Amino acid sequence: MEIGLNHFLVLSTALFFIGVYGFLTRRNLITLLMSVELILNSVNINFVAFNKYLYPENLDGLFFSVFIIAIAAAEAAVAIAIIINLYRNFNTIDVEETDTMKY
Amino acid sequence: MNVLYLLLIPLLPFAGFLLTGLFGKAFRGSSAGLLNTTLLLISFLLSVKVVSDYFFIHGLLEDRYVPIIAFQLEWLRFSEDLVINMGVLMDPLTAVMLLVVTFISLMVHMYSIAYMKGEERFATYFSFLSLFTFSMLGLVMSSNIFQTYIFWELVGVSSFLLIGYYFQKPSAVAASKKAFIVTRFADLGFLIGILVLSYYGNSFDFLALSANLTSYDSSFHQAAIGAGFLGISALSWGLILVFMGGAGKSAMFPLHIWLPDAMEGPTPVSALIHAATMVVAGVFLVARMFALFALGGTNVLELVAWTGIISAMMAALIACTQQDIKRVLAYSTMSQIGFMMFAIGVSGYGSESGLGYTAGMFHLFTHAMFKALLFLGAGAVIHFVHSNYMDDMGGLRKMMPVTHITFLLACLAIAGIPPFAGFFSKEEILLASYNANRIIFWLALFTSGLTAFYMFRLYFSIFWKKEKAYQNHQGEGGGLLLTPLVILGILTVVSGFIPFGNFVSSDGVPVSPHLDLKFSILPVGLSLAGIIIASRLYMKESVLPEKLSARLGRIYKLLRGKFYIDEIYLFIAKKIIFRFISRPAAWVDRNIVDGLINTSAAATQLFSISTSGMQSGKLQHYAGYFLSGVLLLIVLFIFLLSN
Amino acid sequence: MNLTLLILLPALTALAIIVANAKLSKVIALSGATIQLILSALLLILYMKAAPAGENGFVFESNKSWFPSLNINYHLGVDGISLSMILLTAIVVLAGVLVSWKVEYRVKEFFFLLILLSAGAYGFFISLDLFLMFFFLELAVIPKYLLIGIWGSGKKIYSANKLALMLMGGSALILVGLLGMNYSSGTNPAGFSLLNHATNGIALNYQMYFFPLLFVGFGVFTAIFPFHTWVPDGHSSAPTAASMFLAGISMKLGGYGCLRVAAYLMPEAAQHYSWIIVSLSVIAILYGALATMMQTDLKYMNAYSSVSHCGFVLLGIGMLTKSAVAGAVVQMVSHGLMTALFFAVIGILYDRTHTREVKELGGLLRVMPFAGTVFIIAGLCSLGLPGFSGFVAEMMVFVGSWERAELAYRFATVLACASIVVTAVYILRATGRAVMGPLLKPEYMGIKDAAWNEKAAAIVLIAGILIIGIMPFHIIDLVSPGTEEFMKQIKKVALNN
Repeated sequence: MEIGLNHFLVLSTALFFIGVYGFLTRRNLITLLMSVELILNSVNINFVAFNKYLYPENLDGLFFSVFIIAIAAAEAAVAIAIIINLYRNFNTIDVEETDTMKY
Repeated sequence: MNVLYLLLIPLLPFAGFLLTGLFGKAFRGSSAGLLNTTLLLISFLLSVKVVSDYFFIHGLLEDRYVPIIAFQLEWLRFSEDLVINMGVLMDPLTAVMLLVVTFISLMVHMYSIAYMKGEERFATYFSFLSLFTFSMLGLVMSSNIFQTYIFWELVGVSSFLLIGYYFQKPSAVAASKKAFIVTRFADLGFLIGILVLSYYGNSFDFLALSANLTSYDSSFHQAAIGAGFLGISALSWGLILVFMGGAGKSAMFPLHIWLPDAMEGPTPVSALIHAATMVVAGVFLVARMFALFALGGTNVLELVAWTGIISAMMAALIACTQQDIKRVLAYSTMSQIGFMMFAIGVSGYGSESGLGYTAGMFHLFTHAMFKALLFLGAGAVIHFVHSNYMDDMGGLRKMMPVTHITFLLACLAIAGIPPFAGFFSKEEILLASYNANRIIFWLALFTSGLTAFYMFRLYFSIFWKKEKAYQNHQGEGGGLLLTPLVILGILTVVSGFIPFGNFVSSDGVPVSPHLDLKFSILPVGLSLAGIIIASRLYMKESVLPEKLSARLGRIYKLLRGKFYIDEIYLFIAKKIIFRFISRPAAWVDRNIVDGLINTSAAATQLFSISTSGMQSGKLQHYAGYFLSGVLLLIVLFIFLLSN
Repeated sequence: MNLTLLILLPALTALAIIVANAKLSKVIALSGATIQLILSALLLILYMKAAPAGENGFVFESNKSWFPSLNINYHLGVDGISLSMILLTAIVVLAGVLVSWKVEYRVKEFFFLLILLSAGAYGFFISLDLFLMFFFLELAVIPKYLLIGIWGSGKKIYSANKLALMLMGGSALILVGLLGMNYSSGTNPAGFSLLNHATNGIALNYQMYFFPLLFVGFGVFTAIFPFHTWVPDGHSSAPTAASMFLAGISMKLGGYGCLRVAAYLMPEAAQHYSWIIVSLSVIAILYGALATMMQTDLKYMNAYSSVSHCGFVLLGIGMLTKSAVAGAVVQMVSHGLMTALFFAVIGILYDRTHTREVKELGGLLRVMPFAGTVFIIAGLCSLGLPGFSGFVAEMMVFVGSWERAELAYRFATVLACASIVVTAVYILRATGRAVMGPLLKPEYMGIKDAAWNEKAAAIVLIAGILIIGIMPFHIIDLVSPGTEEFMKQIKKVALNN
């Protein structure tokens, strides 16, 4: 069986929804961050797969992936900084507990 | 006509009101009283001059006194024809009233200087008194029915202020309130009456109103007769309503309840306002609009007559049982005004049939003299005894000789004994009613006898009986206190001889007074009988009165309780209006009207609270909303909007 | 005369108050209010000289484009009606500033808001552009909210919210109505210009929809039944000067709007809905008066009586006859002065006795002769005694109403007349209890009578009341060109459709 574009898309969709599921259900902020990474990576897979199968002569998809990885790294740095601050203030990194920004 | 003199008559007291009212503190001692009395004296002299000018120089035109509009100032214009003019209408009626008001007011002012001496608010008292005089003069001089209404309200408020002069006494405050509210209720009728009459008569001016509404072929009259409500023509409604105003101010049944309570005011005030001048304003009003009443409205005069006689009789009956001397006098005032009222009520328009009109006005004139005298005398007695109650009095004839004699003169006058003033006017009234309506005549005759009885009951209880131990031995009072009594006493003797019909008559044509001596036998005899009975019962201490009241039992109680009319009013006011109308209105406002508005506010708030739960502050909720929103949009775009 | 001065002066006064210190701010406010009164008097004199005026009776017009794309202009002008309102405002503002002389908490802000409020009122009365009018109307609402919320007493937050929300609700209706009118004229765009609308006329179907919106919207301001409930709460919680402004000026904004905008521009609809207006106002008059009888708090009493008295304004407008409309205008002025006087004297009593309950006052005339006398005068004016302004206004409304000859209108008039008795009852009950009678509490013995500022305020107001009451022909002369113009508009269409 040949590995085709569809296989990649199924993989990335699965990865995306696993990420979304994790984002919506986990309570630990670190895990939330990891879920976001999963979502970003599913997008990366999409970009690479489309590039490979549809426009092999261009490298746009690869560039975008690199960009996203870079941004994800930056984002992780900022997010972890926020989380650490949060931890200092609330003594927890549970999202359920950190809901002071409400009505 | 000298317009300046005429205008000065009311304006001088007004100046007195302003001066003493605004700068009351600047006046030391009795100076405020002296100032206002002087102003009033000038005012009185001017009115004598003006009135004699009118009667002997300007007034008579082809054997008829014509009304003269001496002055007019446009005050408030509603439309082309409806204008309130501040004007002076000079006719015999005005002339008589001018004399009565300025003269009695002058007497009362003089008397008050002595009577109110040492009062803390002496200047205020005089300013109110002058305000009243001003308003009353404005009232009697009005050329315009709305002007009458304006001054009508002003005399009402002066009466309110003067009754409530002792404002720290709760009873005085209650009485002043009652007087104002009851007359105000009557004034509502007056006001609507004015609206009705002016709408159909197309004017507020008395002369124009009479002209428009009494000529049978005028379109105004046709319209006023044609329109109607509940089967009574608009014209009659207007007159009935105006009469309601008059009945309120003149304390006619059933609007009389304020008058006895009004005696809470200082006694000179009672003499001026609640005996001689303001309370006869209702009679004056009917007389002023007499042409309309007699020629315009069907049977309204009959209503006037019956109201008058019922009030006269009822008040006389009640007066027999009262203990407070001022209240006896108050009921007697009501009764005498009833006489005037029914005299006008039984009168017709024009020469001979207009006897009742002349008689009523004559009685108004004489009554003012002797009733003011009675009140001033009563004031002197109260001043001496420091009590209003007959039980605390007795044997005063030795201590107060001047008061005693003048009081006796007034009693004889009111009882209708010749040759005192009351005799002449009362005989004319009885004669007029004899010619017009026999039932009213017999009732009036009975009332007249009753009058003699209760007045002499009063007289004997005060001046005869056993002498009591009095705290006070300051004497009868000074010259200022007694001079008015003496002057009024003299007038009580002589004023009956004025040929009144030569001056005042229903249509302005002089009528000669006629006195039928044979006719007089019965009334005078009845009065004498009343006096004799009173002397048997009250001249000496005796148990007869008590026995009599015990015999009469229920009837006595009913009379003593003034027919319980006060209680009926109280019931209506407290139980019905307050409990069943006002309180629910206030409740509905707070709970239903406001409740609806608060409910709508609460509903908004509820909605807001229920939706604000979405702003939970939880990251994952937001993400969930976001995601479902995206999914919703995807579904929308793919499945619903794609084709 | 440049009418912008009338807005500019309060604005400058307000600015000066911001930069001044607390003590100076009072003086600035007082002098600003005094100059404003002088300015208004000057305007009156100039107006008298300029009248008979141009088209529609407006003088001193100035028209500048403000938002050309939206057809909004800065268009000012006055006629007799607006001028009488301006004079009323000037007098009440002066009295209000005088009465609040002893305010101690956040003095600067207090006077700033008072003056700001007056600027809104002046602007409202002189604008001839509907949008500009709306702008100033809103400007006059916000300071009230703060005045009550910060310096009020009792349940002040509740009252402030209620007042602001209800008035804003009214404003919302007005705004919708104005927008509707703006787009009604179709081919011949009148924009927001009052005068253009008056000459062009508004299509009948638009009138039927937008008249109720505008009338009820303005009606909320002038306490139309059943949207009057902000009045008792708002007045009773407000500080004295704010109560005076509220009853004396704010409620008149509504009456003026009903007259000038709703009925004037949409005469057919005004006639069509006349019976509803009359019924609502008769309800307000009688029911307000009856509810007043049950009030025990003096401020509540006066607030309910304001509902009743403002009913006469609406009744006069609803009856659509010349005297009734003129009566409505005079009633606005009269009620403004009278109720301001009443609130001022209630403030004086409250300041000394710390209670407004009628039952806990008593016999104050003895210890405070001046304040007691003023109380009685205010009461007598309120119950329509001749010689005071209330009488003139009420009689004009009555006589004007009586001209409507249909039985139902007659009946309504009689009911409205009946209120004079009820008014007498509640006024005399309060007077008899609070200022007359024996001195209720021994501690009242040491009470001081009104101070100079309070006396001055009372005298200014009483002078206004007496001038109208004794010489009504002056105000009638002032107002009647405006009412005649109004009647011309009404009479364009027959009275019986």
